[in-house]
Amino acid sequence: MNITVISPGPLSTVQDAGRFGYMNTGFSPGGAMDTYSMRIANLLVGNAPEDGVIEMTLMGMSVSFDGTSVIALTGADMSPKLNGAEIPMYTAVEVKNGDTLSLGFSTVGMRTYLAVAGGFDLPLVMGSMSTNLKCAIGGFNGRKLQAGDVIPLRHSISLSVIGRRSVTPKNDYKNEIKLRVILGPQDDYFTDSGIKDFLSSEYKVSGKSDRMGIRLEGEAVENKNGVDIISDGIATGSVQIPSSGTPIIMMADRQTTGGYAKIATVISSDLKLIAQARAGDRIKFEAVNEKTALKAIRKEKRELAFMQYRFNFAIYKEK
Amino acid sequence: MDDIKFLSCGDSAVTVEFSKEINEETNKKIRFLASNLSKIKGVFESVPTFCSITVYFDPFVISKARLEKKILRCISSYTEGNDSKKRIFLIPVCYEGDFAPDMEDVCSLTGLCRDEVIKIHTSTDYLIYMLGFLPGFPYLGGMDKRIECPRLDTPRTLIPEGAVGIGGKQTGIYPLASPGGWRLIGRTPVKVYDPTRDEPILYKAGDCIRFYPITSAEFEAFDGRVEVKEEM
Repeated sequence: MNITVISPGPLSTVQDAGRFGYMNTGFSPGGAMDTYSMRIANLLVGNAPEDGVIEMTLMGMSVSFDGTSVIALTGADMSPKLNGAEIPMYTAVEVKNGDTLSLGFSTVGMRTYLAVAGGFDLPLVMGSMSTNLKCAIGGFNGRKLQAGDVIPLRHSISLSVIGRRSVTPKNDYKNEIKLRVILGPQDDYFTDSGIKDFLSSEYKVSGKSDRMGIRLEGEAVENKNGVDIISDGIATGSVQIPSSGTPIIMMADRQTTGGYAKIATVISSDLKLIAQARAGDRIKFEAVNEKTALKAIRKEKRELAFMQYRFNFAIYKEK
Repeated sequence: MDDIKFLSCGDSAVTVEFSKEINEETNKKIRFLASNLSKIKGVFESVPTFCSITVYFDPFVISKARLEKKILRCISSYTEGNDSKKRIFLIPVCYEGDFAPDMEDVCSLTGLCRDEVIKIHTSTDYLIYMLGFLPGFPYLGGMDKRIECPRLDTPRTLIPEGAVGIGGKQTGIYPLASPGGWRLIGRTPVKVYDPTRDEPILYKAGDCIRFYPITSAEFEAFDGRVEVKEEM
């Protein structure tokens, strides 16, 4: 069976956890910006947590189905409707032949994820289903979705197979975001007062942000002798300070290497917060240590593992 | 012993900095470490660059402290002079007409004639220090000072795939269409990047590139085969 795109929204792409193992040749890892929401969407429809999903940006898409399937939506609330009637997010919903799913604008949060039971029947390119727009590979023909696209599904699965699944929505996004960072790799390029400003002032998310980087406006971070470095590797969440002095947080489609000093790195479990930030949202940074970062990852891993366990157990109980 | 520094890149990556100077010997050590890192359990991948290598790891499989110890042990096992063979990729470049929109500017900036620029550009084996910026974009070392010239004041919004250019002290190939500010002196018909190949990128850091001139007729007739020489 297939999903047909009626209207695609401004930027809807197929993404999974990312394309790994090619960063040393210059390929961005790519993948879903908010992998936490991506994983929950997949778990809700019984998929492997890192299977391909559709990532929608700011405004959702309208699609129709030509068979029975189960879908789930997570991330920003784009007021999803099935045949005109509201449907809940963070819940497995059955769709039937001829049904139309339509999403609108999100008012809080930036990105919404659509998972379909059984997953999309799309080829892996270099081990991943993620769309890399720059290289025009992965996802659906290496590009963002367009009206008329017919996306094949691997299976047609009914809700009775998956079982009723829902979780408390995790999309209570705020316009004020606190991001925990670990200082480094080049925090020594900045003056004490520069670091103090970075950690105490409030930044605003710029409208020029995209899947490569979240650009911030606000206090310029003072450097000692310039911010040019000999190009080195970048991590997702690296906070780069270009010569303008205002931070850029490097995200999924970032370059693998760069020549500007990076003052800090957002901890892994806070990437989901910045991935949902909208233009105008206010950001504050807080320095933490590695131990705090690992504790936060552990908490998230446990939460997802428990969710998966609960869903699987529910099926067992019903049968 | 080198003055190795570990720079924090968050909870799941660390940059191992060897020095703050670009040289071939340091880069060799970096590549030695890069080729041995995959043996360490918990390491996903690594990005070798001019003077450092960034290592991405799972902190729940290997702690950062333990990883750093293993990296130091690996570096100390490096011995100079046990180099393996050098791979040299022979890359055809058409330096003619529309393929070389900035050739005239390069000639007037360097005070050389076209033939001299081509001769100098094709007479060096360029070491690939690192790949970055774009998939397969090689950062090459060893360009002759005589053909150095500044980047464009206003970068082009679109440079075609295969364009060969000069930017400051460096020369390189654009593996796919992209914006860019280098002065274009030619174009290669070689597909540096092909996602359908087993190895999507033709070469690796540590390989060398040697350019040779072809005519526009040869450019059109190119059969896709790239000659690779192995030398000690």
